Amino acid sequence: MRTICFYFQVHQPLRIKPYRFFDIGDDHYYWDDYSNKSIMRKVAQKCYLPMNALLLDLINHYNGAFKVSFSISGVCLDQFELYAPDVLESFQKLVATGHVELLSETDAHALCSLKSNDEFARMVKNHKEKIKKHFNGYEPKVFRNTELIYSDSIGAMVYELGYRGILTEGAKHILGWKSPNYVYQNAIKPELKVLLKNFQLSDDIAFRFSNKTWPAYPLTTDKFVNWINMIPKEEETLNLFMDYETFGEHQWADSGIFDFMKALPEAVFQGSDFGFSTPSEVLGRAKNIAPIHVPTPISWADEERDLTAWLGNDLQDEAFEKLYQLEHLVKQIEDEEIQRDWTYLQTSDHFYYMCTKFFSDGDIHAYFSPYDSPYDAFINYMNALSDFILRVEQHLKKQIL
Amino acid sequence: MKVLMFGWEFPPHISGGLGTACYGLVKGLVHHKQDIIFVVPKLWGDEEPLADFVNASDVTVDYREKKFREIWKNLTYLEVSSFLVPYLSPEEFKKYSDYALHDRTDVDESIFSNKFEFSGKYGKDLLQEVSRYALVAAQIAKSKDHDVIHAHDWLAYPAGIAAKQMSGKPLVAHIHATEFDRSGESVNKPVFDIEYAGLHAADHVVAVSHLTRNIVINKYGVHPDKVSVLHNAVLDASIIESKVKKKVPEKIVTFLGRITFQKGPEYFVEAAKKVLERDPNVRFVMAGSGDLLNAMIKRVAELRIGTKFHFTGFLKGQDVDDMYAMSDVYVMPSVSEPFGIAPLEAVRHNTPVIISKQSGVAEVLQNAIKIDFWDVDAMADAIFALLHYQSISKMFKELGSEELKNLKWEHVAAKLVTVYEKITEE
Repeated sequence: MRTICFYFQVHQPLRIKPYRFFDIGDDHYYWDDYSNKSIMRKVAQKCYLPMNALLLDLINHYNGAFKVSFSISGVCLDQFELYAPDVLESFQKLVATGHVELLSETDAHALCSLKSNDEFARMVKNHKEKIKKHFNGYEPKVFRNTELIYSDSIGAMVYELGYRGILTEGAKHILGWKSPNYVYQNAIKPELKVLLKNFQLSDDIAFRFSNKTWPAYPLTTDKFVNWINMIPKEEETLNLFMDYETFGEHQWADSGIFDFMKALPEAVFQGSDFGFSTPSEVLGRAKNIAPIHVPTPISWADEERDLTAWLGNDLQDEAFEKLYQLEHLVKQIEDEEIQRDWTYLQTSDHFYYMCTKFFSDGDIHAYFSPYDSPYDAFINYMNALSDFILRVEQHLKKQIL
Repeated sequence: MKVLMFGWEFPPHISGGLGTACYGLVKGLVHHKQDIIFVVPKLWGDEEPLADFVNASDVTVDYREKKFREIWKNLTYLEVSSFLVPYLSPEEFKKYSDYALHDRTDVDESIFSNKFEFSGKYGKDLLQEVSRYALVAAQIAKSKDHDVIHAHDWLAYPAGIAAKQMSGKPLVAHIHATEFDRSGESVNKPVFDIEYAGLHAADHVVAVSHLTRNIVINKYGVHPDKVSVLHNAVLDASIIESKVKKKVPEKIVTFLGRITFQKGPEYFVEAAKKVLERDPNVRFVMAGSGDLLNAMIKRVAELRIGTKFHFTGFLKGQDVDDMYAMSDVYVMPSVSEPFGIAPLEAVRHNTPVIISKQSGVAEVLQNAIKIDFWDVDAMADAIFALLHYQSISKMFKELGSEELKNLKWEHVAAKLVTVYEKITEE
C-alpha cells in the first residue's frame, strides 16, 4: 500500500521583551511574558485546540487508519505548561490513541547542530526527557532537526545519538531528477534512513491553500487526490510536512482549511490506493533505494532552502558568534536560571527576526516577526545577550572565589 | 506633454529643500522627454537650462482680459493678512507683524501695475508677492500653450489656480510640506486657507510621503483617490569618501538641522543624557540654529552634560559635509517631517542613521533605525547599539549605498508622467 506521511511542526519561541541597554546589568529577566502568553492563547484558540479536536475525531472515526506525527519543541512544551495546559492535555489525548507519533528535536528549536556536537546532544537529551515526562514515558524514535536543517554530517551526528530515521526537505538542488517520494539513506551512515518532504504538495496546503491568485484555487480534496494519483505507482511514500499553525493560523478557518482536512482522509481512502502512516511505520517498511548526498546544510525555509533565513548577514553572524563563544563558560555553571536562559537564547527564531532578505522573502519574515525591522530585532537581542554575558562572567568569578 | 510649472525658487538660488526637489523633478521629467515651462518669481540667469524658464518679474500683465476680474476676486483674501510671514522665527514674526498692524494702512497699489519686481524671497511682503504671482500666472497661462499645470506648495497654489481658471487645463498640486508640519497644531489660518483652496482646486494632488498624504486627507478633507504619493529622490547617490578625521577619541553622535519644534531637538538632548549615563565615551553635537537653540543650551547645562554636548551654530557648504563625515551616528528625531532628505546625505557619507517614524524618508529608507520621536529610551538604545554592535554599521554601509541608487528622480518623474496622462485624459 502506498502511504501519506503527515508531520506537523509545533513550535512557539520564547520572545524577548523590549530590553534597553540601560537594563543591561540590572534586569536579568529577558522574556516577554505578556506577548508570549497572549500569542500562545491566540494560537491555542485558532489552531491547536480546534485542530487537535478534529484530528482526534478523525483518528477515532477511522479506527487508526488515519494517523499523523508531531514534533513539539521543548520551548513550546514549556509554554503549554505555563499558558495552555488545555492544549497540552489535548496533545496527550492524541498520543494516547497510539496512532500519533512524536519526534525528537532540540529542546530550544535551536541551530546548535551547526555549531556544537556537545550542545546538540544536550538539547536532544533534554527534549527527550520533556517528552517522556509529559507523554507518559513516550520515547521518540525518529529525529527531525530545527526547520528540517540537514546535512550528511548532521545525519551522522543524529545516528550517533541512537536514531535510525530523520526527516528533511526534499530540496530541488539536492534531489535533482530524483523523487522525494522514496526513502533514502544518509551518505555517511547508511543505517540512518532519510524521509524527504514533498514540497510541492506540502506547500499547496501550507502556503497556497487560500491564495486566490493561485490557478488551482480553491483547493478541494478531489483536486488533491487527483494530484496524488498522478504520482508514479512505484513511488510509495508521500511526505507532507508542514507547520501545525497552518491550520487556523496561517490559513484562517474561513479559508475552509479545517473542512479540507476533515474531508481529506475519506477522499484519499475512496479515491486512491494511498493510506496513512507515521514516520516509524514508513521507515519500518522501507526498501532503501539510494543514499542522498547533502554536503552543505539544507532547510525547508524560503525559496533557497538553505540557512540564509537564520545565518549569513552580519547581524546574524555577530549574534550567533557572540552567543556560542559562551558555550564552554556556561557548561561550567550549575545555575538553573543561567542554563534556562542559555537554552532559550539559542532558539532559531531570534536569528530569523534578524534576516534582511526583505526584498525577496521579506513578506513572510515580516509576518512572523514581532519587530519592525531586522535591526530592531538585532539590537534587542544583543542587549539581552550583553546582560547574559555579564551574568556568566560574574558567576564564574564567584565560583572561583 | 507640455507642463506649465510654478515654483518659488530654483537652484542655485535656494533657501530651502523645495528648490532642490523642483530641480530633481524637472531633471527627471526632461529625462522622460517632457517639455517644461518653469515659472519662478525671480530668475537670476544662472539656472541650468533644463526648462523654458519664465521670470515672473518680466511678465507684463494685460488687465483688459475679462477673466482677470474673476481671478482677482478670488485673490482678495490674500491681502487681508498680508503681514503674515511664515518662515520667520517668533521674535522676528512679532517685529514684522507689529509693523504691519501699526504702520501699514492699505494694500500696496504696485501689484496692480503692469510689471512688478519680485524679490523671490520669503520676506515680509510674501503674501503680496504670492497674489501678484497669481496674476502673472494667469497672463502666462493665456499666452503659453500647455497641457497640464503643476504648482509646488502653497506659495504657488494661487498661481496654479489662476492659471487653471485662465486655460482650463488640469492642475496638479504638489505638496512638499503642509502648514501642520511647519507650525504643529497652531497653524497660520491664511496659509492653511491657501493650501486648502489649492488642494481642492487641483485635479490631482501629489504628496511627498504617505505621512503627508494622510495629512492632506485627514486635515484638508481631500478625497483619498485624488492623492498620490511620490517620494523624493536623490540627485547624486555616490558615496562621499571624506579625508576629514575627527580629532577626539570619542564616538560622535550628531543632530544636524534647524533647531526648531518641527525637528525635535529636545528629544535628542534627553537621549544624549541617557546614553552618557551609561557610556561617557561619546560626544554629542547639535549643528544648526533656530528658535529653540537657547532653550537647548540651557537644558544641556541643566543636565550637566556640557562637556560632552557641543553646539556648532549654523553650518553650510563644506562644513556640513565634514560634520557628516566625522559622525559615527546621525540622528533625525523630527516631530513632523514630510520627507527629510538629510538622512540620505548621511548615508552618502557612510554614516549610520536613526530617523523618526514621523518622517517621510522612513517610508523609503530600509537601512536605518526607526524610532518614534518622543521615545527617548528607544533613541538612546539605538544610539548605544550603533556605537557598540559593529555589525549594524557594517550592514548599513553595505546596503545603504545600494538603496540610494534606487532612489532616482527618473523613477519619480516616470510616475508623475502617468499622473499627467491620467488627468489629461479625464
